[in-house]
Amino acid sequence: MKRLTQGVVAVLALGLVACTSLPGGEDSLYQRLGGEAGIEGIVYELLVEIANDERIVERFRELNIARFQQGLETYLCSVTGGPCQYTGDSMRIVHSGHNFTDSEFNALVENLITAMNRRDVDTGTQNRLLAILARDYKDVVYL
Amino acid sequence: MSVSRPRVLPLLSAWLLATLLASPALAAESRSRILATSAATTLEGSAGGGIVPMAVLPGYGAREEQGGSAFVSYVHLPDYDLAVAGVNWSWRNRVAISLAEQRLSHQPLSERLDVEPTSIRQTVAEAKVRLAGDLIYTDWPQVSVGVQYKKNHDFFVPQAAGAQDDSGYDLYLSATRLILAGLFERNLLLNANIRYTKANQVGLVGFGGDLNDSHEWVGELSAGLFLNQHWLIGAEYRQKPDNLSFIPESDWYTAFVAWFPSKRWSLVGAYVDLGEVATFDNQRGAYVSLQGSF
Ligand code: HEM
Repeated sequence: MKRLTQGVVAVLALGLVACTSLPGGEDSLYQRLGGEAGIEGIVYELLVEIANDERIVERFRELNIARFQQGLETYLCSVTGGPCQYTGDSMRIVHSGHNFTDSEFNALVENLITAMNRRDVDTGTQNRLLAILARDYKDVVYL
Repeated sequence: MSVSRPRVLPLLSAWLLATLLASPALAAESRSRILATSAATTLEGSAGGGIVPMAVLPGYGAREEQGGSAFVSYVHLPDYDLAVAGVNWSWRNRVAISLAEQRLSHQPLSERLDVEPTSIRQTVAEAKVRLAGDLIYTDWPQVSVGVQYKKNHDFFVPQAAGAQDDSGYDLYLSATRLILAGLFERNLLLNANIRYTKANQVGLVGFGGDLNDSHEWVGELSAGLFLNQHWLIGAEYRQKPDNLSFIPESDWYTAFVAWFPSKRWSLVGAYVDLGEVATFDNQRGAYVSLQGSF
């Protein structure tokens, strides 16, 4: 039982460290993604991945891709502390009415990871971006 | 002497793994949950680590999909060897079922007790339900409840040690969370369970005993850090009941490295410390587990 207590303390301590090191300093994340050019490259690769992913490609069939591309770049720039202001509708408004699913969300995240791998984004930078975007889950799926 | 039954589960598991090896098409790649979120498979067939289950469901199926896996595991200790094989399946990331067959070889114990049987087989069947939350995408952990039914097929030695029953059930509640960029910008996996059990050495030495013959609550913890998308290092702790006066039972520990080269395969290696097992102390050794997902 004593060892269990030690274990619980260890896990709680890990949790505390984890919370204090959550993505602060998001200003530098934009730089670490390679700034404007870096984000454009990632979004481009993401579009290529989506186009080749039969799980979700239908969802983008009717879309004005240039506008979507532009909007996504601005959104990523703004949430990573870059010099952009995303002025589009909120994630909840943009995505509601489509009933995007949990499977589709996961598929898109997987495509984003592949896109970042293609652009040689390092693991830590990838994780910090994913941590920010994961918060949008509730504003994207089943709406 | 018990006549040995055909080993259906190990054969099924081996067949599935061979099919995965041979087949380009039927695999996990088209499922949507991201790499490594299938977790590995425990010695009891549940999605989790090596000895501690997690709230995640097996395979890579997201909430509109299904998925599952087959696995084989081996534990080598100074005086025991444990071989496990099994299969599991999940539906819509909501419910999962699993089956595992364990075979414990205990030659040194047989010599010490001067008895004939040298192995104990046990089957574990589990159902797990995700109650709430998502491993990654919700602010609270993924929480699941699992129930395991265990049947010990070679009760001669366990009974001689004072075990009361040759079958039993465990109930557990599990909470698991993957914190993205949680520690050193690495993804941090945290898991805690409470289990209601009266199994001796997970049931391999039967259920209940002279010291205690009722279910009790025990705790389990595991934590891991993803070095990158493919490599996870971590540790586990599993508290155990202590029901038999003849053979005191220790809590279990592991330290593991897990490798997820693709959604189809994973390989886990671990150092395990099982303490005192049926009169033999210092049972520290190696664990290896191969999992194929479909
Ligand atoms: C964290 C995850 C997501 C983020 C950050 C995100 C971001 C965005 C942004 C910024 C826009 C607006 C683009 C513009 O200005 O026009 C948008 C629109 C859109 N998103 Fe997402 N999205 C996410 C998940 C998804 C998923 C999972 C799907 C479906 C597979 C999806 C499909 C769409 C579609 C179809 C539009 C266009 C909607 C319309 O114009 O009617 N998104 N997304």
